[in-house]
Amino acid sequence: MIMATSTTTIPAIDVEKIRQQFPILHQQVNNRDLVYFDNAATSQKPLVVINALIDYYKGYNANIHRGIHTLAEKATKAYEETRHTAKDFINARSVEEIIFVRGVTEGINLVAATYGRAFIKEGDEIIISQLEHHSNIVPWQIVCEEKKATLKTIRVNDQGELDLDNFKSLLSSKTKIVSVNHASNSLGTINPVKEIIRMAHEVGAVVLIDGAQAGAHIEIDVQDLDADFYCLSSHKMYGPTGTGILYGKKILLEKMPPYQGGGEMIKDVTFEKTTYNDLPYKFEAGTPNIADVVAFKYAMDFIKELGKENIGAHEHDLLVYATEKVKAIPEVRLVGTAKNKVGVLSFTVDGVHPFDIGQMLDARGIAVRTGHHCTQPLMACFNIEGTVRASFAVYNTKKEIDQLVDGLTRVINFMKK
Amino acid sequence: MSINEVQDEIISDFSLLDGDMEMTVFYIMELGQKLPDMPDNEKTEDNIVKGCQSKVWLTADLENDKLFFKADSNTAITKGLVSLLARIFNGQTPDAILNGDLYFMNKIGMERFIGTQRSNGFAAMIKQMKLYALAFKTKMEVKS
Repeated sequence: MIMATSTTTIPAIDVEKIRQQFPILHQQVNNRDLVYFDNAATSQKPLVVINALIDYYKGYNANIHRGIHTLAEKATKAYEETRHTAKDFINARSVEEIIFVRGVTEGINLVAATYGRAFIKEGDEIIISQLEHHSNIVPWQIVCEEKKATLKTIRVNDQGELDLDNFKSLLSSKTKIVSVNHASNSLGTINPVKEIIRMAHEVGAVVLIDGAQAGAHIEIDVQDLDADFYCLSSHKMYGPTGTGILYGKKILLEKMPPYQGGGEMIKDVTFEKTTYNDLPYKFEAGTPNIADVVAFKYAMDFIKELGKENIGAHEHDLLVYATEKVKAIPEVRLVGTAKNKVGVLSFTVDGVHPFDIGQMLDARGIAVRTGHHCTQPLMACFNIEGTVRASFAVYNTKKEIDQLVDGLTRVINFMKK
Repeated sequence: MSINEVQDEIISDFSLLDGDMEMTVFYIMELGQKLPDMPDNEKTEDNIVKGCQSKVWLTADLENDKLFFKADSNTAITKGLVSLLARIFNGQTPDAILNGDLYFMNKIGMERFIGTQRSNGFAAMIKQMKLYALAFKTKMEVKS
């Protein structure tokens, strides 16, 4: 995550210039300048993305693929351009491997409901980890229940890192699917997914990577990782809500049954038999979320132009700064201290409930997340109800972290009275 | 004091905070800290108010035909909020509580600082208090 050392000291990221591209950041909340530290939940959108949405609706809104008129042609072209951008963004082999979905949750559900239903049999095993978001737990529970398969979980250590020895001991010829995240939404841990994929492939299992917390922060190369499936959510990558990508290896996508039936996903329909469309359309039933997909391209271009290495270095810098400052408060307990982390700082405060901290910080215009972050089993592992989570994006600054620390100190001092 | 007199007192107290969010939150937490302790043996699963995101325990006792509530919460702000309700309803008859119209929330602009999720939780607390009032009213009627 640390930027390669260079002889120049000029920062690769001009935060002030970047902030100018995010209109939402320039407002007051409760009479104070907004500090937005809930980026792991959703990131804010730059003007290029907002304008792309406006341009689409103002200039060329039309249903795609079937129309022959000019607007339909223009919309289709823009929609498919995003697919090309996405292919390059994650280094997929072809655009046929890029399926547009609503986000990571739908991507995982799609694989569980199609690949899972078709290929999981009684007695098979699916492995996830204790670090997973509910959306990478529940779809597999549904498959396991239906197919009488077993769901196993990779243990985390006290730092919040996956225990690969434990993973190794869970793997066997019964293992059919392994599904883990690239980075944890609750703790920020970056998982050694390349190694996990290699180990899973040795026993013949396919691997899905939940990339929700990686998309805007870590370089993704699905070929280098050798991932079988990889999911991304646009809205956590400076893009619109309601769209995302499921990458799947063509050989796997081809043998999977369709997910939903409807328009777009068919070749021919008679009342006797329907033949399905080719990839990727086989998995895109109905009119898709055209506008958001079109604008998603601009979000990926925005990330590419800044460079993930530069973004990662800036966020790492913020994380190190915030960790040092927050750790210095005696009442604070950090949760998740992995060596390799994205910009997520999770902590608890002795004697103060996370909800109270969240509300107090909001009163000072600071947006953080509090609670279990949709990872209740993980919270149970650490024997806590939840945490306070500050998560950073490319537009955040050290001055904002100082505001967070200041707010936190005020709450703690008040509660000590 | 009547339910409305207590509400008016609360409205007047909050008006001194001048709408400053941080001061308001601190004040609510202070109110919670002043709430008499609830014995641990009453913090049971049965006494938890359903529909609240935080844990809220609530019990009620009848003394001389008047209701007295005890409450606690695992979060300071919620404890402060439930303390406002206890202040309004404590020492009132079941009938007064059942017919009580809680207008203070709008007057102090509560929706600004409790948000949608807490609003639902707050409504659940009020409902639970009214259910206690109804239960005691029924009990009193059976007795007489």
